[in-house]
Amino acid sequence: MFTKIGQTQEESVRVWFEGCEMTVGKGLSVAAALLGEGITHFRNTPVTAAERGPFCMMGVCFDCLLVIDGQANLQACMVEVSEGMCIERQCGAADPELDPALAATANRGETTP
Amino acid sequence: MSGDRRDQDVIVVGGGVIGAAIAYGLTRRGVRTLVLDESDRAFRAARGNFGLVWVQGKGVSNIQYAAWTRRSADLWAEFNDEIKERTRIDTRYLRSGGLHLCLDEEELASRSLLMANMAEASEGVFSYEMLDHDELAHRLPGVGPSVAGASFSAQDGHVDPLSLLHALHTAFKSTGGMLISAPVTKLCYEKGGFEAKTGKGSFYSGKIVLAAGLGSRALAPQLGLNVPVRPERGQILVTERLKPFLDYPTIFIRQTEAGSVLLGDSHEEVGFDDGTDIKVMSAIANRARLIFPRLERTRILRAWGALRILTPDGLPVYQQSRECPGAFTATGHSGVTLAAAHTLDFARFVADGEMPAALDSLGEDRFHVH
Amino acid sequence: MTKHYDIIVIGAGPAGMSASRTAAAQGARVLVLDEQSSPGGQIYRAIEKPHNQRRRELGSSYQDGVPLVHGFRQSELDYVNAASVWQLSADLEVGYSRDGIAQLVRADRIIVATGAQERPVPIPGWTKRGVMTVGAAQILLKESSVVASDAVFAGSGPLLYLAVHQYLELGVPVKAVLDLTPAKNYLGALPALFGARADFAKILEGWQWKRAIGAAGIPLLTGVDAVRISGEKSVESVDYRRRGEWQAITCDTAFLHLGVVPNINISMAAGCDCHWSHNQACWTVTVDDWFNSSVAGVSVAGDGVSIGGAAAAEAQGGIAALGALHALGRIDASERDRLAAAYRIRLRKEMGIRHFLDLLFRPADRLRVPREADTVVCRCEEVTAGQIRETLDLGCCGPNQLKSFSRTGMGPCQGRFCGHTVSELIGEASGLPISEVGYFRLRSPIKPLPLKELADLAHSSKE
Repeated sequence: MFTKIGQTQEESVRVWFEGCEMTVGKGLSVAAALLGEGITHFRNTPVTAAERGPFCMMGVCFDCLLVIDGQANLQACMVEVSEGMCIERQCGAADPELDPALAATANRGETTP
Repeated sequence: MSGDRRDQDVIVVGGGVIGAAIAYGLTRRGVRTLVLDESDRAFRAARGNFGLVWVQGKGVSNIQYAAWTRRSADLWAEFNDEIKERTRIDTRYLRSGGLHLCLDEEELASRSLLMANMAEASEGVFSYEMLDHDELAHRLPGVGPSVAGASFSAQDGHVDPLSLLHALHTAFKSTGGMLISAPVTKLCYEKGGFEAKTGKGSFYSGKIVLAAGLGSRALAPQLGLNVPVRPERGQILVTERLKPFLDYPTIFIRQTEAGSVLLGDSHEEVGFDDGTDIKVMSAIANRARLIFPRLERTRILRAWGALRILTPDGLPVYQQSRECPGAFTATGHSGVTLAAAHTLDFARFVADGEMPAALDSLGEDRFHVH
Repeated sequence: MTKHYDIIVIGAGPAGMSASRTAAAQGARVLVLDEQSSPGGQIYRAIEKPHNQRRRELGSSYQDGVPLVHGFRQSELDYVNAASVWQLSADLEVGYSRDGIAQLVRADRIIVATGAQERPVPIPGWTKRGVMTVGAAQILLKESSVVASDAVFAGSGPLLYLAVHQYLELGVPVKAVLDLTPAKNYLGALPALFGARADFAKILEGWQWKRAIGAAGIPLLTGVDAVRISGEKSVESVDYRRRGEWQAITCDTAFLHLGVVPNINISMAAGCDCHWSHNQACWTVTVDDWFNSSVAGVSVAGDGVSIGGAAAAEAQGGIAALGALHALGRIDASERDRLAAAYRIRLRKEMGIRHFLDLLFRPADRLRVPREADTVVCRCEEVTAGQIRETLDLGCCGPNQLKSFSRTGMGPCQGRFCGHTVSELIGEASGLPISEVGYFRLRSPIKPLPLKELADLAHSSKE
């Protein structure tokens, strides 16, 4: 089970993962932030839909792929969290229809203006 | 075993998509066949292929080639069922119809003329439709506003060329064929038989098929053949897997069954350099986003260059040697489209020892200066 | 206009920082491109964070990075962080992406310092979520203070024990440590211990880590010769075989480690000759005494050449930079040799222990080349060892044909976690030496590149 140690971060940001709001340390990679919240299921593979999570944490393995602010297949270990970020699991292949602005608002449960 | 004379009925030089299709065509007829294949790093057009089984635009200047292409495209379904049953490998063949996209009105107008000529020359056997932008957008949702239109032919289709090559090798092996990775250094003809010298020893046969792609040029004279082919580079970019969005193959963009999108169709005269070039890659990417603006945000995962095998008129060469009867060549571009005809027809020509008159105009005589 | 530098250094780990510092000190115009947000590479990752500099638990060798990073920061050079390099061409053009924009830059010399990555650990179940590398555990700790309690550590090599030791020092509970070092290696490595100028202080340190683990009451199981991960969707247990018997340890996190291998994708895509190192069981870049590769103008230094560790990488980076400066005509041969002398002494000292470590921690054959048919080899395309062997039975002539036939190596990681296994599987099937089997042919882009960025490149060059 993953946990955080040491003093809590002085600064934090709010992100949404699969629609759930969470407060995480500023400056963390998305992968570290989610693992710190106990989340290990990042994606389902496009071939067999197997569940995967971060493996190498250094940008090599491409197993921590997520949809971040509507952009598919981003390496969670290489992207820093930012205020208001919308994060979703990468389920299979990327969706070419996805519009980043729509995806972001839909995730926060807001309605489109 | 390899040292025995006439150990094989036929040696096929080249394990690419042309060589493998002919070789399998031979073994399925019970002909003992050996494929001599080059090394892993060979120029292998078969591995750089885009995967179109294409009729439209083929053979505008040569009726026999147009008919040969149509015949292969018509045989493809039967051919595909056979290799699938034999190997359990799904080549993802689909005769979906295909689109030739035109990026401006001028191109669309000249395309329309070309298609009309083709249909006329085929005496109505070739069928097509011309689509304007709106008609095209109906079939290709999301197509960019700058695309003027397209020609569509229901006779076109696509296939995964790598699975095809895999299936042909597997089918060849399962019907008793033997494959050896050993580049051929010399071919000899004596007493009505052939010897192929390789780094792994000599191999002997009664007949030989030269299907060595760009390598055919140097080997052909040793069999009394003339195969004046040159390389033309094409680069292909491949994206990450996307959910299906593209129902039809086009000559620039094709979505594979796995979801990856292939972007391609560059034509470069760069000799034997099969590398990639950033300027060309960038131009391919730029054209792709004009055609499908939504592709802007997808990622290019890999890219490669591959060398097309072109004769002076761009059409393949089929010939039996006059000097060394029993030596054949089948060399050129479009090995995927023609795979069905190579397996089902060309292998029979080799087995029977006779080329049909219907392929006369695709022989080497056309390269002679008159 | 494409920007032009004297030297471009790819990577800001020990070798890259050392090379760029050395080059900048001689007045060369230097660009450093690094993928991480701050310098240090993986070994000195996040070393600039104040809390890490206070942390004695991370070990003394980690603190060695402090003066190196400090010196790097003081140097006059262009440093671009968060840059994903996707091209190095043989004519010395570098393509990279940052903030959604792709750029091309050129230099008269390139120094590739891409470091190492974890060796693949193709055991049954290694793709399940909850399985990570020991390197990943270290990165989470150093960069984010995120740790996994009650994890099982399985593997071989110094980093395994260092990571467990760090957890203990920080009071993080560890479930068990499985040492996969083959028993026969101890005997085989012994002559190297006495034969070379071995660094006894380091060996002692490793031994002390091991003892501390035992003293903390953590099960430390040596002589484990097979291991697999069980669980439906994620890790439920780590199963191991010891003295012929299988046992299971329940856990939800497993950290694996069989050492590291050079990160060769950039060098290979540029066309640098590589060869297979039997002792290190990995692909290594062929370089001369000044770390010049076979491609004119391209040097490769540090763990991106072959594995030597951080201190050796630092020395190699310095030597490579001096070689490049001489090639550029900035220093004469005697100045180059004089400045390189100290680096060479240091390098010899570091390499003294390396041979011993290579022999001791060379992973067992069955851990590198899976026996079980259903073990995944290519994580991206989920291709198993059985599928690969079946394809090879066709008489498949090498890694590239195998890739075409099976999709092995076609995914986004571009073979980084299957290439070594594939070369060895083909070697096993064909009986050919691995150097002859070869590797996947890598071409640019070696990292995923958004189509927009690539397309924009043509637009901007037209202007």
